[in-house]
Amino acid sequence: MNTIKTRILSAAVLAAFAYAPGALAADTIILGAAVSLTGKYTTDGEHTKRGYDLAVEAINNAGGVKVGDKNYMLEVKYYDDESTPARGAELAERLIRQDGVKLLLGPYSSGMTKAMGPVTEKFEVPMVQANGASRSLFTNGWKYMFATLSTSEQYLASAIALAAENADKLGKDAKEITVALAFENDPFSQDVRAGVLDDAKKFGMKVVIDDQLPRELNDMAATLTKVKALKPDILIVSGHAKGAATAVRQIDEMKVQVPILAMTHCDSADITGKFGDAANYTLCATQWAPTMTYKDDLFGSSGDYAKKFQEKFGYEPPYQAAESSAAVMVFADAISRAGSADAKPVRDALAATDLPTFYGQIKFDETGKNIAKPMALYQVIDGQFKVVAPTNAAEVPAIVPRPSM
Amino acid sequence: MLDNISILIAAPTITLDLVINGLLIGALFALTAYGMALVWGVMRIINVAQGEFVILGGYMTYALTTAGLPPLLTIPCAAAITFALGYVLHYAVITRIVDRDLFVSVLATFGISIVIQQLLNTVFGGDVRVVDAGLGTQFFMGGLIAVSEIKIAAFLLVCVLALVLVLFLKRSRLGQAIRATAQNPRAARVLGIDTNRVYAMTFALNAAICGACGSLVAMAYTIHPYIGLPYTIRSFMIVVVAGLGNLPGVVAAGLGLGAAENIAGFVLGTQFQLAFVFSLLVVVLVWRNWRLSRKRQYLK
Repeated sequence: MNTIKTRILSAAVLAAFAYAPGALAADTIILGAAVSLTGKYTTDGEHTKRGYDLAVEAINNAGGVKVGDKNYMLEVKYYDDESTPARGAELAERLIRQDGVKLLLGPYSSGMTKAMGPVTEKFEVPMVQANGASRSLFTNGWKYMFATLSTSEQYLASAIALAAENADKLGKDAKEITVALAFENDPFSQDVRAGVLDDAKKFGMKVVIDDQLPRELNDMAATLTKVKALKPDILIVSGHAKGAATAVRQIDEMKVQVPILAMTHCDSADITGKFGDAANYTLCATQWAPTMTYKDDLFGSSGDYAKKFQEKFGYEPPYQAAESSAAVMVFADAISRAGSADAKPVRDALAATDLPTFYGQIKFDETGKNIAKPMALYQVIDGQFKVVAPTNAAEVPAIVPRPSM
Repeated sequence: MLDNISILIAAPTITLDLVINGLLIGALFALTAYGMALVWGVMRIINVAQGEFVILGGYMTYALTTAGLPPLLTIPCAAAITFALGYVLHYAVITRIVDRDLFVSVLATFGISIVIQQLLNTVFGGDVRVVDAGLGTQFFMGGLIAVSEIKIAAFLLVCVLALVLVLFLKRSRLGQAIRATAQNPRAARVLGIDTNRVYAMTFALNAAICGACGSLVAMAYTIHPYIGLPYTIRSFMIVVVAGLGNLPGVVAAGLGLGAAENIAGFVLGTQFQLAFVFSLLVVVLVWRNWRLSRKRQYLK
C-alpha cells in the first residue's frame, strides 16, 4: 500500500530528526505544530505535515536559517490534534508552556486554527498558518497570526466571474445566469458561499438552489435531483474531499447536465484518479497549481517544488502541502530578518514580510492575511488539471459549457 | 421549501425518481436493521457498532479491489471477513456482557465502534474511498429517471440475501436454535442448545450482513472511516419503528425510510436529511408512548 509506505518513510524521516546528536540541539530552532493525524482531517492534516517537512528539509539542506552570522537548523515538534478543536487549543498551550516553543506553525482547517488563535494571542507567540482560510479568523484583531493562503470568500468567486465572461457561450446575458449552490454547513464552506453570493449579486445572477450539505455526507441525490429539475447554468459544490467525491460520482451516475460545475477540494479528493472521465470539465478552486509560474531561490519554480514533493512522497502535491511549505519559508525569512528566534522580534519581522515563493508572493495586511496572491481556478481537461483562471495566468481557455457526457 | 414542494407536485417524475432512488438505498438500511434486530432479539444487545461493521465491509471491498479482485466478487469476501471478525469479537468482548445490563452492552459496542473507526483511519487514512463496480446507469421515461445499475444490483442482492437469511432461520438447525434462544434462552439451554455458540453465530452473522451491505455502499456511494454512525442510527430507527422479530415491518420501515429521507432531503435540503431521521424517531417514540398510555387506560 502506497500510503503506508510513505507513512513509514515520513516516520523514518521524523525519527532521523528526533535522534540527531544532542550537540546539534543548541543550534536548532524548534517550530511547534499540532496537526490532524487522526480524525476526520487526517488526509489534509498529512498533506500539511508533509508540506512542513519538505520545506524544513530543503531549508536545512541549504544550510539552515541564518541568524546574525550563525546558521541554525529548523526542526518541527509535532502533536496530533485528533481533528478536535479543543484538543488543538490544549496542544498549543502545551507547546508554548511545557515545551517552550516560541514559534508555531498552524494546524489544518479553519476550525482548528480558530481554536488555537486565542492561545497564541494570549501568550504572544506568532503563528504562521497555511490552512485556515475562514474569513472569521481575520476579524478578531489578532496580532500574532499570519496566513499564507487566500481567504475562503475568494475561493470560488472566480467561478462566477468565469461564468459571466462566458455568458454568451451559454446563450444568455450574465444577469440571466442561474446559480445552484450546495455547501457543507461548516465555517469554511459557508465563507466560500458568502463570497460566491456576493459575486453572484454583483452580476445580478439568480440563485435558484441554495442547499446545505451535512457533515456526514455520502449521498446528495436529493440536491442533485433538484439540479436536474431546475437546470441551473452553474452548480457550485463545497464540502471538503467527501463533498467533491460524492458530487462527481453522483453527477455522473445521475447524468446531471449542468453547463458549469465548480467545486473545492478536487485534488485532495483525487477526482481524476478515482473517477476518470467522469471528472472531466470540472472547475476546481485552487490556491496554487504546479503549472503556475511563481519562483523562489529555495525550491525553484512551482514545477520544481512539485517534482521534489513527488519524489519524496509519491504523489503530486496538493495545494494544502504547497501553502504549508510556504509557511515554513515565511518563518525562515522572518527569523533571519529579525536576527532572532524570539517571539516578539519574529512577529514584527513577519508583519513586514514581502517574500516571493514558488507558491506566490506573500505579503500580509494588518489582519495577517496574504493579500499578494490571487486564487486560481483549474479545469479537468482529458484527466489533466489545467489552469483556466485568473485569465492572465491561464494555460488554456476554459471549456464552457461542459460537453454532455 | 414551498418552491420545492411545488416542483414535486408539478413534476411527478422527479418525485418518482426520488422515491425509486430512496427505495433502493432503503433496502440496504432494511438489511442492516434486520441484522441489528437479530442481535437485539437473540442476545438483548443493541449493537452500536453496526455502522462501523458496514464501513469495515466497504473498506474490505476497497482493499480487495485494489489488490485486483473484481468488485462484485469482493462482496462474499467482505462478508466472510466481517463474519470472522464478529466471531472473534464475540468471544473477546460480547460473551462477557451478554447477560449484563443493556447499558453495559451499549457502552461496550460503542467502544468497539471507536476502535474500528480509528483502526480504519490508521490503516487506510481518513480519505474518502470509492470502488468502481464498472456498471452504468439505466434510464427510464426518456431519461427523466436515472438509476445507476449498481444501486439496482445492490437492491437485488439485498433481496436475495434477505431471502436466504429468512430460509436459514426457518429451516436450518442453527437457525432454529437461534430462534429458540431468542424466545427463551433458559429453556433452550435446558433442551441442549449451546446458547453461547448460538450467540457467537448470531453476532458473526450480523457482522457478515453488515459487511455485505458495506461492500455495496462502497460501490454505490462513498465511504470514509467516520460515516458509520448514520447507518447505526438508521438501523436503530427502523428496528424501533418495526419492532423486534417483525421482518415485514423491518422491510417496510427500511424502504419507507429510504424514500422518505430522499424526499425530505429534496424539500428541506440535504443538510436536514439526517435530522429528519432523528425527528421521525422522536415522533414514533412519542406516538407509541401515547398508544400505550391509552391501552393502560382501558385496562384500569
